[in-house]
Parts: sequence; C-alpha cells; structure tokens
Amino acid sequence: MTKLSTYEAAMAAYEPVLGLETHIELDTGTKMFCGCPTAFGAEPNTQICPVCLALPGALPVANRAAVEATMKIGLALNCRIAEWTRFARKNYFYPDMPKNFQTSQYEEPLCEDGYVDVAVDGDHYRVEIERVHLEEDTGKTLHVGGATGRIHGATESLVDYNRAGIPLVEIVTKPVPGAGDLAPEVARAYVTELRDIVRSLGVSDVRMEQGSLRCDVNVSLNRAGDAWGTRTETKNVNSLRSVERAVRHEIRRQAALLDSGEKIHQETRHFHEATGETSPGRSKEEATDYRYFPEPDLAVMEPDREWVERLRSGLPELPRKRRERLRAEWGLGELEMQSVVNADAVEIIEATVAAGASPTAAVKWWLGELSRRANETGVELGELRIGPEQVAELQGMVDDGRLNDKLARQVIDGVLADEGGPAEVAASRGLEVVSDTGALEAAVDEAIAANPDAAEKIRGGKHAAAGALIGAVMKSTKGQADAGAVRELILSKLG
Amino acid sequence: MDDRIIDRTAAGLAADIREGRATSRSVTEAFLDRIDAVDGEVGAFLHVDRDGALATASEVDAALAAGEELGPLAGVPVAVKDIVVTGGMPTTAASKILEGWIPPYDATVVERLQAAGTPILGKTNLDEFAMGSSTEYSAYRRTANPWDTARIPGGSGGGSAAAVAAKMAPLAIGTDTGGSIRQPGAVTGTLGAKPTYGSNSRYGLIAFSSSLDTPGPVARNALDAALLHEVISGHDPRDSTSIDAPVPPVAEAARSGASGDLSGLRLGVVEQFAEGAGAAEPGVLDAYLAGVDQLVKLGAEIVEVSCPSFSYALPTYYLIAPSEASSNLARYDGVRYGLRSGDDGRRSLEEVMGLTREAGFGPEVKRRIILGTYALSAGYVDQFYGRAQKVRTLIKRDFEATFEQCDALISPTTPFTAFKYGERTGDPYQMYLADLFTIPTNLYGGPGISVPVGLSDGMPVGLQVMGPVMGDDITYRVASALESTQDPLLADTAPEIEGK
Amino acid sequence: MARLARLEVTDDELDAFAGQLDVILESMQTLGEVDTDGVEPTSHAVPLVNVFREDQPQPSLPRDAALAGGPDTAEGRFRVPRILDDEE
Repeated sequence: MTKLSTYEAAMAAYEPVLGLETHIELDTGTKMFCGCPTAFGAEPNTQICPVCLALPGALPVANRAAVEATMKIGLALNCRIAEWTRFARKNYFYPDMPKNFQTSQYEEPLCEDGYVDVAVDGDHYRVEIERVHLEEDTGKTLHVGGATGRIHGATESLVDYNRAGIPLVEIVTKPVPGAGDLAPEVARAYVTELRDIVRSLGVSDVRMEQGSLRCDVNVSLNRAGDAWGTRTETKNVNSLRSVERAVRHEIRRQAALLDSGEKIHQETRHFHEATGETSPGRSKEEATDYRYFPEPDLAVMEPDREWVERLRSGLPELPRKRRERLRAEWGLGELEMQSVVNADAVEIIEATVAAGASPTAAVKWWLGELSRRANETGVELGELRIGPEQVAELQGMVDDGRLNDKLARQVIDGVLADEGGPAEVAASRGLEVVSDTGALEAAVDEAIAANPDAAEKIRGGKHAAAGALIGAVMKSTKGQADAGAVRELILSKLG
Repeated sequence: MDDRIIDRTAAGLAADIREGRATSRSVTEAFLDRIDAVDGEVGAFLHVDRDGALATASEVDAALAAGEELGPLAGVPVAVKDIVVTGGMPTTAASKILEGWIPPYDATVVERLQAAGTPILGKTNLDEFAMGSSTEYSAYRRTANPWDTARIPGGSGGGSAAAVAAKMAPLAIGTDTGGSIRQPGAVTGTLGAKPTYGSNSRYGLIAFSSSLDTPGPVARNALDAALLHEVISGHDPRDSTSIDAPVPPVAEAARSGASGDLSGLRLGVVEQFAEGAGAAEPGVLDAYLAGVDQLVKLGAEIVEVSCPSFSYALPTYYLIAPSEASSNLARYDGVRYGLRSGDDGRRSLEEVMGLTREAGFGPEVKRRIILGTYALSAGYVDQFYGRAQKVRTLIKRDFEATFEQCDALISPTTPFTAFKYGERTGDPYQMYLADLFTIPTNLYGGPGISVPVGLSDGMPVGLQVMGPVMGDDITYRVASALESTQDPLLADTAPEIEGK
Repeated sequence: MARLARLEVTDDELDAFAGQLDVILESMQTLGEVDTDGVEPTSHAVPLVNVFREDQPQPSLPRDAALAGGPDTAEGRFRVPRILDDEE
C-alpha cells in the first residue's frame, strides 16, 4: 500500500515543480511518411503498407501537411520556427514500433521556445514551451491472457500497426515551478488550453478518450529554497481530470517518501484511472541508450520565412482571444469566465447559447447542476449523456413556465438515464408545472386554512410570511407548481 | 562461337529483338539454359524465375508483333541482386533471417525493369545484407569466380558479376555501398557502375547503409551498362534522397567514348592511393598503368592530385556504414516477417527477438551491428560516428577541389585480384582493404565505374573512373574509350565454363 | 553492446568479435588525428532540402498480403510472445 501524505501537509512542507510532455496525433488524411489513411477504429492491420510496416527496402517521405500543422501549433504556442531542422532516429526495440526505431527529432526540433498563459482562480501562470517536434506514432498492442488486458500477467500479445506512422506532435514544457498548491489545477489548465489551441487550429481532433492527445506528467518536490528534487514521469495520463489527479497523487506520494527520509527514484510511472494512483514501471537494469542519429532517409527541412509568415497570418482566432470575445458577448465577469474555462465548458456553453438558451442560463446549468453531475460520476462535461441542444430545450421549458428548477433537475435525471429528450422525459414522468388555476387555487385555499397564523401575518402586511404557505402549496403539488404564480395567488387572496 | 546468343551484347540482342531477327523468348531461354548448364559450378543465383522471365519475354514479343514501340532494352533479360525487392519472388538479402519471405511489393528499380520489358531471370547471390567483399558471407551458397572457380567473385555483388562474367545474363543489377558493384566487376572482368547517389532510386533496395547505398548496372561493356543505367535511373518521389534532375546522358557518352578520342580530358591520379599498406599489389599496378598509358594515347591528360582525407576513408566508412546498418537491421526481429527462432511458448518476446537475431544473422552482419551500436552509443558517438561524419565532409571537399583541376579521377578498382576462398574471412580488416579505392566515392556521393583493364597472373584487373556528382557520363566515356583499345574485349575472354 | 542491439551472441562468437573489433577500432582511432575543428558533419551524400509528399491517400496493402509474411498471426494481428518491458 502506497503511503500518502495529506495534500495540505505536503504543500506545507514542499514546493512542486511540474513538467508536461504532450503527444498529439494530427488528423492529416495520411500517415507521416506514407500514404496510408489514418481513420480511427479501422479493422486491425488494414491501414498499413510497406513503409509503415517497415518491410525491407521501404523508404519514408515526409507529409507536407503534417510539417505545416506542426508549425501552426508552434506559432500558436508563440514558438520560434527553426530555419534548419531535421528528423533523427531514436533507436530502441519494441514490437509496436515496426522499424525498431522511431523517426523523431532530436537536437533540431521544428519549433522552440514558446509559452502558453493559463489562469487558475484569478492567478495567471505562464507555462514556457521548450520544444514542439514532429514524430510518428507506434502501433497498438493487445495483451492477451492476463487478467486485466494489461501487459502484466499476459501470456502473449497481438499487434495492430494501423496507428503506426500516424503523425505525432510532441510538445514539451520547460519545468514549471511556482504553481504551489495549485499545481494540479495549473497542469490541468495547461493541457486544457493546449487542447483548445490545437482544436482551434483544426489540425487534430485532440480527443483524449481516443488517445489523440496523450500526456506524460513530470512532478518533483523540493523544500523551499532547495534545489529542485528528483522527478518522476507518469506516462499516458489520458483525461484532463486524470492530469489533475496524477499530479495530486504524485505530490502526496513523494511527500510521504521524503518525509520518511527516503529518496525519489527517477522513474517512469503508470497512472491508474480506477484508483487515481500511480505505480512504478518496470525499472531497467540500464538506462536506455537511444543512439540518436540524423535520419539518412529523409531530407533536411528549411522552412522558408515566407511560408512561416503565411502560416502565421492564417492562424485562426485563438482560444484566449475567443474567450475574451465570448466573455463580452455573454456579459460575464473575468472570474466567472475563468470558471467556465476551468470547467472546460466554453465550447459546450457556446453551443447551448447557439441552440437558443440565454448565456446566463447556459452558464448556470453547465457550471452548476451539470458540473455537479459530472463530478459525481467522474466524467467530463462533454461525456455527460445530455448535450447543448437538450440543455437549451430544458431552459426553454423553464422560460415558458412549464418547468421550475426543481422539476428541471428531475428532467435532467431522466435525460441522463437515456429516457429521451427533455420534453419526452417531462411527459413520461409527468413533470409539468401545475398551471390549472382551479387546482392551484384549491391548493392555496387548503394551505391558508391549514396555516391560519401565517395567513394572519400576511393580512397584516408581513409578506415574508408567504414563504411558509408557498412551501405548503409546493409540497401538496409535489413541486409541480410555479412558485411565482403561487406567491401571487396567495397575496391576491390575502392582500 | 560468336553465333551463340549468350555471347552477344545486350545492345546487339535488343536490336535483334526489335528488328525481328530474334524473339525475346528465344533470347531469354538461351540464358535460362545457360544458367541450367553452368550455375551448378558458378553458384551465382539464389533463385531462378524461368516461368516469370519467359512470361515477360512472350509479352514483349507480342507487343512488338503488335507494332508497339518499346524501350531500348526491351526483351533483353536481366539478373537482379537479391537485395532488391521483387514482388512475388523470394528476396533474402542472402540472409537466413529473410528465408522464405515473399515481398508484397516491387522496388522502383524492378518496376522500371518491368516497364522497360526486361525479363527478370532471377535473384543473384551476395554477401549477407551486402556486407562483404567476397560473397563468402552469403548464408546460402558459395559463388565462384568464372575465371578461376577456386577464387572469390568479389562482393558483395559477386552473384551479379559472376552471372554476367559466365554469360548467364547479359545484364545484372547490383548495389554499391562501398564498392559492391565495382569491386566484383574488377575481379570478374566485367564492367560495374555505381551511379551518383540519389540518381537511382533506393526504394525497395534492402537498406544496408542508407546514405551510401546505390543501385547500378553490371554488364560486359560500357554501352550495355549505360543502357541499363538509363532504364533504372531518374527521379522517384518514393525516395526522399532521389535527385529531381535529368539523368546524365550515359548511353550517348558510351557511344561517343567508343570513338576512342579522349583529347581535352584531364584525368586525375590520387597521390594518396599509391601510399601505405593499402597500395595495389604489383601485378594490379602493372595492368592499371598499362591502361593509363592507353588513356594517354587516346588523348587524355594525366594530372596528379592530392586528396589528403582519402587516407581516412576506410575508418570513416567503417563507422558510418555499420552505424546506419545497426539501425536499418533492427527491424529484423521475427515479428512482422522472416525468421522467428526460439519461440517455445515460454520465452519472452525479448528473448525470442535476441534468439531470432542470433540465429538469423551471420558473423559479419553481427560484427557490423555491434560495431555500429558501439559507434552510436552514448559516450562514443562524438568520438566515432560524429567524427566520421566530419571527416566525410573533408573527403567530399577533397573531391570537389579535385574536380576543379580535372574531369575525372582514375585508380585501380581494388588493390588485389580475386583471392582464394577463405583467405581473408578470418581477418575482417584484411577483407575490408578490398574496398580501399572504391569507398571514397561512396562517401562523396559521385559516380564510379570499374572497367576491365588487363590481367595479373591470369586474373582480371579493373580500372576505376570516378566522376563528379551527376557526372556519370564522363565515367562512361572514359570506360568506353578504354574498351575501344581492346580487341576482343577483355570481358569476352573469360575461360569457358563447360558445365553440364 | 550485444544486448543493446538485441543480439544473443554466444561466448565463442563474443571472444572472436572482441579481438576483431579491437583491430577495427584501432583503425578508427586514426580519425582522432584529423583536424575537424569547425567542420560541419555530412549526414547525406547529396544534400537535398524540403522533400515532401502531399497529403494524398495511397492504397494500403490488402490485409492478407500484409500479414502473409508474419511468422505468427491471429485475429488479423501479429502475435508475439509475452512482453517483459513495461513501456507503452
């Protein structure tokens, strides 16, 4: 059992330093070095050719669109685009890598020295980017015979090379100190921002759940004033929420080790979604020596400045600017907008507004009730089984007086349970505001009769006492009355 | 004996076929029959594709009968070194690790041969993965030198050279990384040309050293080689290192060289090649110098040039080539194709990969993989691979400076004639010396040709002509001019192999 | 080195190689004599720049052809023995 400090104790004693390596699969039509298609979910080994299967004699030719997409990412991350850059071979043996070397970049990445600004709780952090380089993805290995589909305990493995050779952009941050106890949130905010930037560029669908955005999280701890500590690298952290959890867990785990005088090993660790914990990878007897050398099968690249400037001027509105625009359009305060961003709800709220809801209502639902539901079930907002159209429809029913907030929440229950759209759920569950005036009047009369003291106070001008009567009416109508209408009815009868 | 089909030149056979004096089928059959008769003794082929070759021949005959215009070598059969990928035909690189592999695609060179209507007779033997200078490192069979079957045919392309020398094929495809076309050409009395790097596609050429490998022609004379050169040359968008420029007019150069006039041409002799332990043995030197005299008589001017970095070409090559090879050969792991060894259901993948590579690779390949792995490893990469790349720059500069002073360089192709089997296998370094004069050109990237120039103790000697990048035509012109002084051509005087 | 190159080499082979490699490495050491200060390394025989292909799909291999060379295949995939390394 892993010893863990409490997060508060860890933060009282240590300062974390973060580092993030993000891999993004580009959604070019073809692979990095051959003309094979890149569709997700194809039958195994149907999108492979002599080049990406590394048949003897086959040679790579670089995909111009992938190089261009990488430069766009670099430009959007405020990087310098290299005037001279090349591919290099990273040599190591692994069965999902057909050539047993990965064509990557080494000392001369395509883009260098950029930054991304993120905001958490009103504070701004600049995450500096060390490099953005282009490489190729590996195939996928299915482990057979083990209990969990994991490598451990498997008796054999089956390899599918469809993914092998898909262009992969690696974005590496410089070490990020100074985030303090917000380190987990800063890590998450960075990955979110990066994802939104890349999505706005239209060069990747950046879907973490499909593995087109994958994150390796580096964490180290040091006491204030000391040199940075030894870092661990947690591999393949594949959701925004997991990024935050992985950082938090590593901080607590490392703090406990340091507290008891133990050393942190520089190692690769794995993140487990189910438990939110990390576990060590198999430690190697010797450090891997990748024996990088320049790829002799590919020409060097010299992106001319005219090309770079054309790409720069063609960049779309980036998320930061877009958020400023939307904030103004929606009439939100800065902190409120930040909450929207941190909840990863910009897109979804924009879509909800587009579907007809007012910005205020859209923000209220997504940041309130729906965020709560997402948290409860441990999913992202986008993964909830209710979408922007349905939320707009729901709000329309509220605006029309057919639902009140309480009923609307019950309708959400139904939608989340796949019972249909809001209107269907309201109908099938019988969730409608009682608008039959006769029935409502009867309920009000009944409440007045049952609460003579309150009624007397209202007659005496104490309108605040109406609350008790409204409560009684709502109770007797099982919440299906419009509270405003009930109030008016009570006041008119007792006024 | 000149009536035999197999004695005729490729150019002559092409004309016969084109003009209706012979059919491609009859010509192809003649060479297939010759293979049947003598290859048991020579051992040049690893695979003979009688049916495929005859099918192509018949197609050519039908196309000609229908009045179609075909290329200049249509109907003339070719042998292909077994490191060039042939779809549907076994391709082994003479290695156990690829035993039984049938490629699902064709090399660009092979596609171009097919488009040119040249029937493919089969696949020729080589040193495993083209690593060697004697073809003794083939995992499958020994290839004899047709001039003396107790001797090696050179390497790595000993099979292609021996096939042409023994008239089992009028033409063959070779590949040259450090001399593997030219050195076998020299020791078998055939003509071998290494084209400018990048002018011939490497797509489908099983990689040994990516920055050095070049496919090229083997023939018995310069014009035949030039015709084949033009068939396989030219830009290929599937090879990123392929040069997008017109192919030098090599056939035209071979024809003009045949007039025997080299006046106005300056040929450089490299001072450093005459020095040290690697200098040519006396018999080789005599034959070579006699050839130089002939070139002077034809009007060439000889100038001495200095290329100080050439003294370091051999170690430079033996760092760069094994480094690239160690990476290129990593893919042979028993997962996607080829041999798998030791998979008993209990061993891990890592163990099985190791056992597969142990069982599948021969000693020279292992030696070079280890050498290359070492040269690239952390702590040594600057001292070895990195330094070799810098010295390579100096060698290129020496060439470039030299071509300011002369049109081409000449040298013996190899320091010694064909040696006896087993003479050098125990001492890899002695074997490496065979490529002493051919390696610099590979490091530079320019063209080199080896043309038969004479005999030493009855064994052929080659003269090498080295040109500037994309100056392949000059090398053909000199080779062709030298041939014009021989009657009969040296290549046609090989002892007859009786066979069965 | 053999392990890095994933070669299971026998002890006899290793002994032979060691001696041979010494001779070769001795020759390599002579490169140390060359003054290479300020010299750019050459990684390509003929320098070309910006060689790209357009993002146009080409046919992949039919799956049967792609798998045909595999020593062991199952369920449309290449089967391999259990993997020790825990690196994904």
